[in-house]
Amino acid sequence: MAEILKRNKALAVNPLKASQPVGASLAFLGIHRAIPMMHGSQGCTAFGKVYFVRHFREPIPLQTTAMDQVSTVMTADENVILGLATICEKSKPALIGLPTTGLSETQGTDIKRLVREFYAAHPEYRHIPVVPVNTPDFSGCLESGYALAVKATLEVMLPQQTNDTGKRKKQVNVLAGSFLTPGDVEHIKELIEAFGLRPLLLPDIGDSLDGHLTEMESSPLTVGGTPVNDIASMGESIATLVLGNSLFGAADFLKTQTGVPDYRFDALMGLEAMDSFISALAEIAGRPVPEKIERQRAQLQDAMVDAHFMLGFARIAIAADPDLLFNLARLVSEMGCEVVAAVAPARANILESVSAEQVAIGDLEDLEHAAQAHKAQLLISNSHAVETARRLDVPLLRAGFPQYDLIGGYQRLWVGYRGTRQALFDLANLLVEHGHHEPEPYVSIYQRDSKNAPFAPDRTH
Amino acid sequence: MQAKDIAELLNEPACEHNKKEKSGCARPKPGATAGGCSFDGAQIALLPIADVAHIVHGPIACAGSSWDNRGTRSSGPTLYRIGMTTDLTEQDVIMGRSEKRLFHAVKQAVESYSPNAVFIYNTCVPALIGDDIGAVCKAATEKFGVPVVPVDCAGFYGTKNLGNRIAGEAMFKHVVGTAEPLPVPASAQRPGITVHDVNLIGEYNIAGEFWNVLPLFDELGLRILCTLSGDARFREVQTMHRAQANMVVCAKALLNVARKLQTDYKIPYFEGSFYGVTDTSMAFREFARLLGDSSLTERTEALIAREEAKINAELEPWRERLRGKRVLLYTGGVKSWSIVSALQDLGMEVVATGTNKSTEEDKQRIREIMGDKTKMITDGSPKALLGAVKEYQADILIAGGRNMYTALKARIPFLDINQEREFGYEGYSGMIELARQLALTIQSPVWPGVRKPAPWVKAAAPGIELGA
Repeated sequence: MAEILKRNKALAVNPLKASQPVGASLAFLGIHRAIPMMHGSQGCTAFGKVYFVRHFREPIPLQTTAMDQVSTVMTADENVILGLATICEKSKPALIGLPTTGLSETQGTDIKRLVREFYAAHPEYRHIPVVPVNTPDFSGCLESGYALAVKATLEVMLPQQTNDTGKRKKQVNVLAGSFLTPGDVEHIKELIEAFGLRPLLLPDIGDSLDGHLTEMESSPLTVGGTPVNDIASMGESIATLVLGNSLFGAADFLKTQTGVPDYRFDALMGLEAMDSFISALAEIAGRPVPEKIERQRAQLQDAMVDAHFMLGFARIAIAADPDLLFNLARLVSEMGCEVVAAVAPARANILESVSAEQVAIGDLEDLEHAAQAHKAQLLISNSHAVETARRLDVPLLRAGFPQYDLIGGYQRLWVGYRGTRQALFDLANLLVEHGHHEPEPYVSIYQRDSKNAPFAPDRTH
Repeated sequence: MQAKDIAELLNEPACEHNKKEKSGCARPKPGATAGGCSFDGAQIALLPIADVAHIVHGPIACAGSSWDNRGTRSSGPTLYRIGMTTDLTEQDVIMGRSEKRLFHAVKQAVESYSPNAVFIYNTCVPALIGDDIGAVCKAATEKFGVPVVPVDCAGFYGTKNLGNRIAGEAMFKHVVGTAEPLPVPASAQRPGITVHDVNLIGEYNIAGEFWNVLPLFDELGLRILCTLSGDARFREVQTMHRAQANMVVCAKALLNVARKLQTDYKIPYFEGSFYGVTDTSMAFREFARLLGDSSLTERTEALIAREEAKINAELEPWRERLRGKRVLLYTGGVKSWSIVSALQDLGMEVVATGTNKSTEEDKQRIREIMGDKTKMITDGSPKALLGAVKEYQADILIAGGRNMYTALKARIPFLDINQEREFGYEGYSGMIELARQLALTIQSPVWPGVRKPAPWVKAAAPGIELGA
């Protein structure tokens, strides 16, 4: 069990943390024809928008209640109602996400009441679900904001307890955590489909935040993602797969509300984690594991054996949101690496289970100091750690948010047998390329001046 | 090369293989042969000479599949890493233009890279069509003012081992004795220490491992005129005849060079190894013995005592991890016993060792070191090796790189001991790296993972159950 080191300094240097409203917005971006509107000043939204645009290299629909000086001091209730009405009128969205921010939370907004007041004032928009969620940036991090938004979405979309489990015999709910990339999400869908099941993901950023070069040219709403109508049918699925410890709270609600049995997974990286996941799919589907998946498993095992020479005893430093940190640490530990520095931006239950002696709640400076103290040979973190890695003179494997200096980083596959295999290859290659395991060249004291001097042919014989 | 020259090389009087069969090295058997050809052996033996342009004279298969051998390291020039070949074409062969192409190839190499010497490795096709590479080398030496040395090592002459000897022979015939050593620099002289000149023969500085040992030579006042051929320079090879003692390191390959230096220049030699604490100490003692310098003997003993105490303390935590682990060793000849001492230093148990390429004397030493309990294995086929791992409940297979995947596919921990490896194990400090690599693979958590069947499969996974 990892010891959790609390934040112990006043100044955060090279922050690792992204805010809760940003995380909540990400979750809403995984819903089809949706738009998040942050309740805060317009800067909250503008920064969040740039953050995601640079990471995903996609246009990001994101709005703001644009609190100004007057509304901040007096009241911003009208901003919310006006903002919701404007979006409904202009864009006719299928869903509006309404995360709060530090500003509106400090002001003391009652966001749920505002949604009720909006419907009262605008009954014509009653068919458009609005999901309010309290996500102040003074607590949590991207991951917790995302999880709160997923839970809030379920609360809005599944208001009544139901008892229709299994009505849709092939449908499997998937609560997909924020540690998953669009590439991961897509792969998970393929795995589920390989068992003849129909995955219903919430949210589905694999569909919405990757690969759009559409006829529409521009859209004020998300293109792709979980269809809103589908969310209401989650109570009719035969099972729920919960991916990521941070979503267990949302899963509790879904289970209480619908009675659909769930299978929970802290990890989807590494052989053991994937074995559990595939076993669960086989059990749910009542089908043997497809040969294609067996093949991917064998390929991973082969890669594990090949890569263990390079990865054994390697000292790794990781900084990421809790679920991702847990997954990465577990992955490298299974290969014989030692996680000598582990940093998360905020507390979470899973942190105690991270495969490391200590997990620090902190920033990239904390990562840098711990990595230096324990002579880490490789960093895994987001693009902000590029300079950290350069100062430490070690390679960096980019993971998490944001990755603004790497094309395609956002869609990289990490999970599954396939994603794990590629991660092992990349880790091993980085270590080999930057390895300094050989003795330093040594020239004998008797040859210091002659050995590597320009050649003078000796023709004495 | 004529048949009688090959026969002479095969008949290496200093090699114990000769005592049993007249032919020296056994003939390869068609359809059941592994291992390289003479060209391979010659190139491997000489390529580490870092300031030489190594030109492979032949069509592409010879150099194309073998250049950029990354095992050996240089402290200076990197010319040896540049692949050079005449890449003969059909027209060259048919029209007899290959000698001409070779001559121009030497010109190009000299003009582009200013090498201190050029080595020409002959291969099967030019040997067959009768290229006179000796004559080309002679003409090129005169024309370009750079020593151009023929190494006549066509693959069909014989085995890799023969190629090693051809390489040694070429050095002895064309290079050794063509220059005098520089005087010992005044700055490196220390009071009370007489500097002795020595050579190391068959030391390749794999992964820079000899740099673990070289500072100790400096400390003792042993000047290494030449290491044949790890981190060597052409000029150093030229001066080998002036050494007072030679050490043949861990290989029979270049034994002929040591023997000829003994007969022609009266330089005594011994065979030793730098693998393991015991053997490293032994090597220094042997030098002191051959050089007959009482001060050197004293300083050697002091150095050994100091280094052994230091390394023993550093190895202790590793011994705890490795003690009692069972090793199956499958390597060629000398290594079948030289590495054993290193493993025993770590508290490991060698349960069986390959003796396919070992001499009677090697086998005798195996018995001395390991006792009669140790099994000797002659069949090196993957099936036989895996059978032996299972039978003797080995925890690890230590062998050459080409057996790596035999082990890994059977889910068995493995350590590469041959020249392609990426880690240096020589000397006292090399033991730490050896221990680390052994523990890394033996204790890797991947093994339980890859041995366990998938949870949805009832049958057992393939691979070998290992002893606890």
